[in-house]
Amino acid sequence: MQNWIDAYSWINIRFLLQGLGITILISVISVVLSFIFGSILGIIRYAKIPYFSRIIGFIIDVVRNLPLLLIIFFTYFGLPAFGFKPDTIPAAILAMTFFESMMIAEIIRSGILAVDIGQMEAARAQGMKLGQAMWHVILPQAYKKMIPALVSQFISLIKDTSLATIIVVPELMQHGQVVYGQNPNYIIPVFVIMAVMYFVVCYALSLLSKYIDSRMA
Amino acid sequence: MIKLLVDNWSSFISGFGWTVLSSIVALFFSLIIGSLFAILEVMPSKVARVIGNVYVEIFRNIPLLVITMFFYLVIPLYVVKINGFTAGTIGLTIYTSAFIAETVRSGINSVDIGQMEASRAQGMTFWQAMRYIVLPQAFKLVIPPLGNQFINLVKNSSVLAFVAGFDLMYQGNAIASTTFETVNTYIVVGLFYLVITLPISYYMQHLERKLA
Repeated sequence: MQNWIDAYSWINIRFLLQGLGITILISVISVVLSFIFGSILGIIRYAKIPYFSRIIGFIIDVVRNLPLLLIIFFTYFGLPAFGFKPDTIPAAILAMTFFESMMIAEIIRSGILAVDIGQMEAARAQGMKLGQAMWHVILPQAYKKMIPALVSQFISLIKDTSLATIIVVPELMQHGQVVYGQNPNYIIPVFVIMAVMYFVVCYALSLLSKYIDSRMA
Repeated sequence: MIKLLVDNWSSFISGFGWTVLSSIVALFFSLIIGSLFAILEVMPSKVARVIGNVYVEIFRNIPLLVITMFFYLVIPLYVVKINGFTAGTIGLTIYTSAFIAETVRSGINSVDIGQMEASRAQGMTFWQAMRYIVLPQAFKLVIPPLGNQFINLVKNSSVLAFVAGFDLMYQGNAIASTTFETVNTYIVVGLFYLVITLPISYYMQHLERKLA
């Protein structure tokens, strides 16, 4: 019992909360960036531009099928060979953004495909250009359909930031390791509180997604 | 890159083997555990539904790495000595089973409720109806999402590298740190992963289109 009380001293808890802050910071920046890049890539793949869309599509398929951990390693240990040496947090953001953009691109593309083709035809028949029809008619409907998939992708992104601990990014998992590194008796208490912190953030998001989904239906 | 591959062929292949073994073992057990929790989630008893729900929500919302490291550190400390491979595979199994439970449950829910009612009306018990009528139909529907879960499982098995699980990622890091050819090593490691995941991914896309 004493172990639990010691492990949950305010200094340790504050340190873990700082880690959680970095986790959330990395996740939010990565998700915003990958939403932008993912939308562009998804639309390119959907648009079926000769050769170009095929190549982008193949790259998306390849990256989606690689472990994120490999991409993190590559970003941090591989990129310096090309003369670019990012710091740990930017490296984590870069790796997450690269990977998540490809994941989100697929979500966007299937969201667009789920919008009835008649919408595009009608918009074009009204004299809209392809870009206008996309922006004003198709995308607003597609994004609405994609909300649950996007939120669950965001949740897995938050969980995946724990992998960045391998390049010593000071996020929650890394701070947890520092705390239980002081004393093996802290291992179980620290894992419990870490799990609770991740759970609260991720579960709250999944409830939010369900709520939005039920409001829209 | 070819030279690197030839020189370290045995390490790459053994890593590949451990990755495949871990993924298949974890898939097998998480299919069983996941299906059981999926059935719990649709049972008439409220207690069973709550148990199923709590399990799924907990393990879906905690990072795989936290679960894996927990087993790697805690079990040897208090229960029995296990190596990184075993701890990692246990972690993978538990994490994946929560996702499989979710997938299978949605499959069960999309089987018409009349199928269950008709079987029960014929005098079958809940479990008989599940086993012979509902599950066979549900599994057919969830093959593409289960395939995607398997792809995730193979990719996630890279966390074994954290716990010295001898898998592909672990071997890759060892090779990268001895040869200093980081870029080439990680490209080769990536190709090995793609050998497993890309064909499954394309086949599942094909199946989805066929079923749709």
